[in-house]
Amino acid sequence: MHKVTVTSDDVKKIAKLANLQLQKDEADRFAGQFTETVDMINRLNEINTSDVPATYQVNGLANISRDDTVDLKRMLPQEVALREAKLTSNGFFVVPRVIDTDETESVI
Amino acid sequence: MKQLHELTIKEVHEGYRNRIFSCVDLVKHFLSRIDKYNPKLNIFLARNQHALEQAAVIDKEIAEKGIDRELLGIPMAIKDNFLTVGISTTASSNILKGYMPQYESTVTGKLLAAGAIFLGKTNMDSFAHGSSTETSDFGPTHNPWNPDKLPGGSSGGSAAAISAQLVTAALGSETAGSIRQPVAWCGVTGFKPTYGRAGRYGCIAMASSTDSPGPIAKTVEDVAIITKVISGKDPFDATTSSLDVENYPSFLGKTDLKGLRIGLVKEYLLPDMRDDVKKLILDSAEKFRSLGATVEEVSLMDPKYAIGVYTVVQRSEVSSNLARFDGIRFGHTRDSFGEETKRRIMLGTYTLSSGYYDAYYKKAQAVRTKMIDQFAEIFKTYDAVIGAVSPGPALSLGATKNQPMFGEMEDILVEQSSVAGLTSAGVPCGFVDGLPIGLQITCDQFQEAKALTIADCYQRNTAFNQFPDIDKTL
Amino acid sequence: MKITPLIGLEVHVELETKSKMFCGCPADHFGKAPNTQTCPVCLGLPGALPVPNKKAVESCLKIGLALNCSINRLSKFDRKQYFYPDLAKGYQISQYDQPFCSEGFLNLDSGKKIGIERVHQEEDTGKLQHTVLNGKKITLVDFNRSGVPLVEIVSKPDMASSAEAKEYLKKIHEIIRTIGVSSADMEKGQMRLEPTINVCIENEGGIHYTPLVEIKNINSFNFAVQAIEFEIKRQVEEYENTGTEKSLTNKTTRGYDSVKKVTFLQRTKEEAKDYRYFPEPDIPPFIIEDDFVEKIRKELPLLPDQEISSLEKLGVEKKDAKVLVSTQNRLAIQIIHDYSRDDRVDPRKLASLIVNGKLDPSKDTKAQYDSLTKVGITDKSVLTAIVQKIIDTNPNVVAEYKKGKTNVVGFFIGQAMKETKGTASPLILSELVTKLLNS
Repeated sequence: MHKVTVTSDDVKKIAKLANLQLQKDEADRFAGQFTETVDMINRLNEINTSDVPATYQVNGLANISRDDTVDLKRMLPQEVALREAKLTSNGFFVVPRVIDTDETESVI
Repeated sequence: MKQLHELTIKEVHEGYRNRIFSCVDLVKHFLSRIDKYNPKLNIFLARNQHALEQAAVIDKEIAEKGIDRELLGIPMAIKDNFLTVGISTTASSNILKGYMPQYESTVTGKLLAAGAIFLGKTNMDSFAHGSSTETSDFGPTHNPWNPDKLPGGSSGGSAAAISAQLVTAALGSETAGSIRQPVAWCGVTGFKPTYGRAGRYGCIAMASSTDSPGPIAKTVEDVAIITKVISGKDPFDATTSSLDVENYPSFLGKTDLKGLRIGLVKEYLLPDMRDDVKKLILDSAEKFRSLGATVEEVSLMDPKYAIGVYTVVQRSEVSSNLARFDGIRFGHTRDSFGEETKRRIMLGTYTLSSGYYDAYYKKAQAVRTKMIDQFAEIFKTYDAVIGAVSPGPALSLGATKNQPMFGEMEDILVEQSSVAGLTSAGVPCGFVDGLPIGLQITCDQFQEAKALTIADCYQRNTAFNQFPDIDKTL
Repeated sequence: MKITPLIGLEVHVELETKSKMFCGCPADHFGKAPNTQTCPVCLGLPGALPVPNKKAVESCLKIGLALNCSINRLSKFDRKQYFYPDLAKGYQISQYDQPFCSEGFLNLDSGKKIGIERVHQEEDTGKLQHTVLNGKKITLVDFNRSGVPLVEIVSKPDMASSAEAKEYLKKIHEIIRTIGVSSADMEKGQMRLEPTINVCIENEGGIHYTPLVEIKNINSFNFAVQAIEFEIKRQVEEYENTGTEKSLTNKTTRGYDSVKKVTFLQRTKEEAKDYRYFPEPDIPPFIIEDDFVEKIRKELPLLPDQEISSLEKLGVEKKDAKVLVSTQNRLAIQIIHDYSRDDRVDPRKLASLIVNGKLDPSKDTKAQYDSLTKVGITDKSVLTAIVQKIIDTNPNVVAEYKKGKTNVVGFFIGQAMKETKGTASPLILSELVTKLLNS
């Protein structure tokens, strides 16, 4: 008996959030696999953690920053910045027109 | 008389110094071995086209200045998740097929500054997702001990390169076992430095909070030399430590381990572990005793919980780290991701999604705190803890099929120390069925010198550091 | 029916640091050729990592302090995840539940306090341009702006009118410029605003709230006022027609058309966006102690309202003080403070003379002040006698005046001034001369 069942609808929603396309049978297959994995993850509930905070970083560091100076050595020339892109035009990266997206354009 | 491919770093340098062979000789030797054996082993994905030219330049430097850099003229294999200018970097994924890096990673930059010469990039699990190298989009790597077996992963290519003796030394990375496990399956020596000891800038991110670049080589001495070179505060990585880097090689050579207390982790002798594997681990405990250390049983949290922690943390972080692969600025479109990668991205998206964050991510990180605290408690009394690296010897090709939790299950004994960001050495401790078994020697954060000292002493007092005769095995 | 608009404002400020938020690329991106100021970090290349800009963090703290916020002792960066071509990493490094500053306020002139929810730090995205290439509709992307430091100021929905919103925006604008962290040039996009509006409607049926509406693409204070006013009317009308009330899931986004002067629906949010925030693993958290906060606070210059207050305390009229502060006339303000200890100078008058352009504070202030404020001899009978005498002793000059040379009036005024050793009121003299010449 699963504590949590991941359905293929759940999988489809997740794929959308993750900007991934699913092949024909993947929604169902992943649903089964995820349910198994989630079962295993839920074993963590056997451990009482009410007395400890979460650890997001193990290095114990804090207040790491850099001076506000320009570093031209790391800056890429335009050709290098664009070099690995499939489609560019006049110094810009090119994507098919963005329509019906999740965010509005950053327009000036 | 050792053959060129059998030489350690020091031995190579001695050969250069005494003009027994040149860097060009050594590189040529390795290149022809790679040509011969790589087709069967599928270790190298890309080769450095300029290796011989670079070797010639190094010979000139040796003639003029002698050996004044720590890794001068040492031929190395680099795991394909490190960005290397001039050599393609793919993380063994189709989404990066043909990607030529626009900058050099911190760690490979340090290796080059120390005079190393890269022969090529090695195969890995695609985006480091796995413990077999079978999830690579470019075919699995074969274990030099037995080509029907897997080399382990995700640094399988680098470990196999050392085992097959196609380079003098190699670079890998560990998120949870990705150095130690292939090192164990291939019977070589590897080292996972403390998280934050070596910079991750330029290392394709998998689990940002556990990824640790580290060396794979023939001996503990060699990994100590390389660890020293790659360690240190990285101004481009805010998670690196400012602690001084010790001269690790100088700590080696101890004749005994008197005064050291070592904990043998009870839970790492898994109930379903083969008796012959258990015996090797218990034998190693005896060996430590014979070297003067006190060895006692210690108890850690059941490793099955580490699977839960690691699964959530790694998948959550990687789902985010792989969001930049959208095919706009580099690489191919997201449908080029392999199945395992896709699966992990989606699971990570799920565990971070609204309504689930507290139950999964936050919960896992809280259990992580408990693991960290537990280790801290143990290290108050013990200098190191030991155990097997892997539940058993190398598995066969195809073992990962239809096993979504394969990696986690294989890494069950190393996940705890990885999520706690500890340091750990992996050395061979015996053979079963003709396949190597690896031992882990794990110490507290920034106790690299201690871990290496113990590993080195153990290695020099045992005879398990062997290399297969690949003309016979392949 | 009682209608109370509830207006909140989100303001994004682009900081004028030398380098970007998480890398060393120049932050000044305006007008540069595309993709010429990027590096592995701000271009989101594999393996690149962020390292926070110290000055940017301090600027965020300064803005928070200027807005009376508490500086949180523990804060961190978080990843806000969504996919969009101008977001190189597929996530924006921002702050979620532990921002640098929270719970502040801004006082309007009326004395009304506008609550400030939080002031936090984040990075800017790249820029998109829609166009057509080879007949296909495409979008061009430039990452020069990607990674530039931003500070986000989120107010509580305490503003009840477009006028209050405009005043709030103006004050924020002035504070930012006074602190010196940004020029906040609206045209360059250095200050961006997003109002979120709904309306509280009280009628016999009870109290009702219309659904929240966020308005994007407003790039001037006046457009903000127009958009807010239109939106309030629209929401009331819509409520009267549909009776739809605010719920957790019906917040919408509208754009503003400054030509038609209307807001229009941009997209409906069927479900709240899931940004899957989690703590940024690549950046250690911040622990900001009190002594550091005090150090930053000491670096703050006097804020506009404080400056205006301190001038008013010296006797300067509020309207003059406002002009001096809003035009950032540092010299004038300094002069007024300097002379405030001098009994011979009235600060109110001094300020007024400067504001009216009659006194130039870069030249000898005292001399100008004296000559402009001298009341002089005003007794008309005394002055009449003096002027008459000068007229009588200069018949040829009078003749010239009669011929039409009216500017000789100046000659008579000058002579009278000499007679009175400069103590006569020039205004009265001028009156008298003209009168007597014409009689």
